[in-house]
Amino acid sequence: MLEIKELKAEIEGKKILNGINLVVKPGEVHAVMGPNGAGKSTLSAVLAGRADYAVTGGEVSFNGKDLLDMTPEDRAREGVFLAFQYPVEIPGVSTTNFLKTAINEKRKYLGLEPMEATAFLKFMREKMELMEMDKALTSRSLNEGFSGGEKKRNEVFQMAMLEPKLTIMDETDSGLDIDALRLVSAGVNKLKDGERSFVVITHYQRLLDYIVPDFVHVLYKGRIVKSGDASLAKELEAKGYDWIKAEVEQDANA
Amino acid sequence: MAEEVDIIDQVVGQEYKYGFTTNIEMETAPKGLTEDTIRFISSKKTEPEWMLEYRLKAFRYWQSLSSPSWQNFSYPAVDYQDIIYYAAPKEKITLDSLDQVDPELLKTFEKLGISLSEQKRLTGVAVDAVFDSVSIATTFKDQLKEKGIIFCSMSEAVHEHPDLVKKYLSSVVPYTDNFFAALNAAVFSDGSFVYIPKGVRCPMELSTYFRINAENTGQFERTLIIADEGSYVSYLEGCTAPMRDENQLHAAVVELVALENAEIKYSTVQNWYPGDKNGKGGIYNFVTKRGICLGDYAKISWTQVETGSAITWKYPSCILKGDNSVGEFFSVAVTNNMQQADTGTKMIHIGKNTKSRIVSKGISAGKSHNTYRGLVKVNKKADKARNHTQCDSMLIGDRSGAHTFPYIEINNKSAMVEHEASTSKIGEDQIFYCNQRGIGTEEAIGLIVNGFCREVLNQLPMEFAVEAQKLLAVSLEGSVG
Repeated sequence: MLEIKELKAEIEGKKILNGINLVVKPGEVHAVMGPNGAGKSTLSAVLAGRADYAVTGGEVSFNGKDLLDMTPEDRAREGVFLAFQYPVEIPGVSTTNFLKTAINEKRKYLGLEPMEATAFLKFMREKMELMEMDKALTSRSLNEGFSGGEKKRNEVFQMAMLEPKLTIMDETDSGLDIDALRLVSAGVNKLKDGERSFVVITHYQRLLDYIVPDFVHVLYKGRIVKSGDASLAKELEAKGYDWIKAEVEQDANA
Repeated sequence: MAEEVDIIDQVVGQEYKYGFTTNIEMETAPKGLTEDTIRFISSKKTEPEWMLEYRLKAFRYWQSLSSPSWQNFSYPAVDYQDIIYYAAPKEKITLDSLDQVDPELLKTFEKLGISLSEQKRLTGVAVDAVFDSVSIATTFKDQLKEKGIIFCSMSEAVHEHPDLVKKYLSSVVPYTDNFFAALNAAVFSDGSFVYIPKGVRCPMELSTYFRINAENTGQFERTLIIADEGSYVSYLEGCTAPMRDENQLHAAVVELVALENAEIKYSTVQNWYPGDKNGKGGIYNFVTKRGICLGDYAKISWTQVETGSAITWKYPSCILKGDNSVGEFFSVAVTNNMQQADTGTKMIHIGKNTKSRIVSKGISAGKSHNTYRGLVKVNKKADKARNHTQCDSMLIGDRSGAHTFPYIEINNKSAMVEHEASTSKIGEDQIFYCNQRGIGTEEAIGLIVNGFCREVLNQLPMEFAVEAQKLLAVSLEGSVG
């Protein structure tokens, strides 16, 4: 599904990603962990196509297509979804109207007719029930005045509506209390269907208690320096990141 | 940042789609403004003596004035002797039958999306179409007549309803009011006249569509709407002009009179040619609009969506004279490229328990400047007057400007006046967020801007709200990337 080869990127001349390699197959859940400043959020931004970052090397293919060659909106229409760390507010635009626009833009891209209003509302009701979303949230302006937890739940709800092939979650757990974390994780788990893939970017292990990864990767200084299974996350939780840093420095000196 | 600016350039670079001209033989007054010009206009309209007298008084007064200079924008001085003050299609038009209207003219309005043939017209909207200096046709007149409603061109009203015209014309905006009001009183050519009788709720939207076509011509229309006791009317105006390299002047006067318990809702979708990307050409839209709530419990509500004109300079206002009367002003002003807008309202509280509400949304893109200027005045005897003002500005890109000048004068201690203001920027973050959900940049800007203006757009009659939404998106096309 997703194949990242030697990806290098920088922002304002500062090198952040120094050759990332990662392969994600359908149905897999990959966790990307790492200390602050390792390049975690940069990786998600580059995959989604944020213009501030310059890709200086490497390739990314998504279902056989060159992802880096596409506009951000086309990446989304192809099925890449980014759950934002800081979802933005759009005053005066309801979540309902926003999603209707998004879905119909995607359908247009795929050569389909726009969804009828009634069909859309029915579809949305189903997803709201599935995600246990409060009805009031969807008629309010998008994310405006939402609490941190409501914003993150709204991200997961949008994911449910847009039915992406690949979801990248950028520190979705940051700022969530334990109840909100549970709700958000439960939502994500409901969307797992053996086909959809997830890249879960997080600083802490606790999210991975709820969304159990198949693979865990440690990002440090713009590279994946260690990969393993879910137990690697537990080890990081117990020992911190310093031993990994030490290992990397040792290798560099050897 | 550089990329954002590029995107803005693209979005702002949208072509004006109403820029065509109609080739039709015109009858015009000679260029320039003298007493003879005024006599010419008056005789063309076979006006009664009292009307000519009024015009001449206004003209003499205008000659004593100089053009105002307190505005927050700059423009080259207008040479008032270089303008044609009267231009009309040559063929004699009989107002009763569309068959006698030049097909070129009908085509022009069709092209603008205004069908003058009643069968094709949206039911529920009656139209008066004004082409340069004259009214071409007014639809649904007979149907309205049954209810006693008068909806006709101003020229016709002068002949057919002189008592009403004499009583109310100039009663809200006297010719002594300001430079442009004096000019308009002297040379006004046409416009709409509406009278709603006591207790009648006008069964359809009334609308006037203004089109400037001729070169070097100014349009000076005059609209007068009178809502008698307990009546209701919703009125809309729309306007466009061809793309021309020179600036053209539009100096209209609109007067509204609401008697006891009457309500007037006046909506404008203004889309005059804004000039090109570099600020060449475009309409100077210098307009005086004012309504008076003459009776108790009267209500006047202004809604405007301003997207066109090189310069807009107008303040639709309410004089709240009757006790418990209500004034409202809802405005969206969009400026792009080199456009400048200085707009707002005046709410003058005279009666007791009068209420006013102001919601202004300014959007500036390109190198444009957008100014809100408003006055809330509470007179000594206006006990318990209330006002709430909300002014929000949105900037697109980093080369545009938003300015707010709220004036408040309170002479009664029981008044409650509130003012809220905000300025925001369409950020890359918002656009990227939309992009990431599959929404392209232009769509995203449309969505964000429409969200920002929703409170005001909700005030427009249904048929026009959709139109206005599209217009907002088109005006900003090419303005962000």
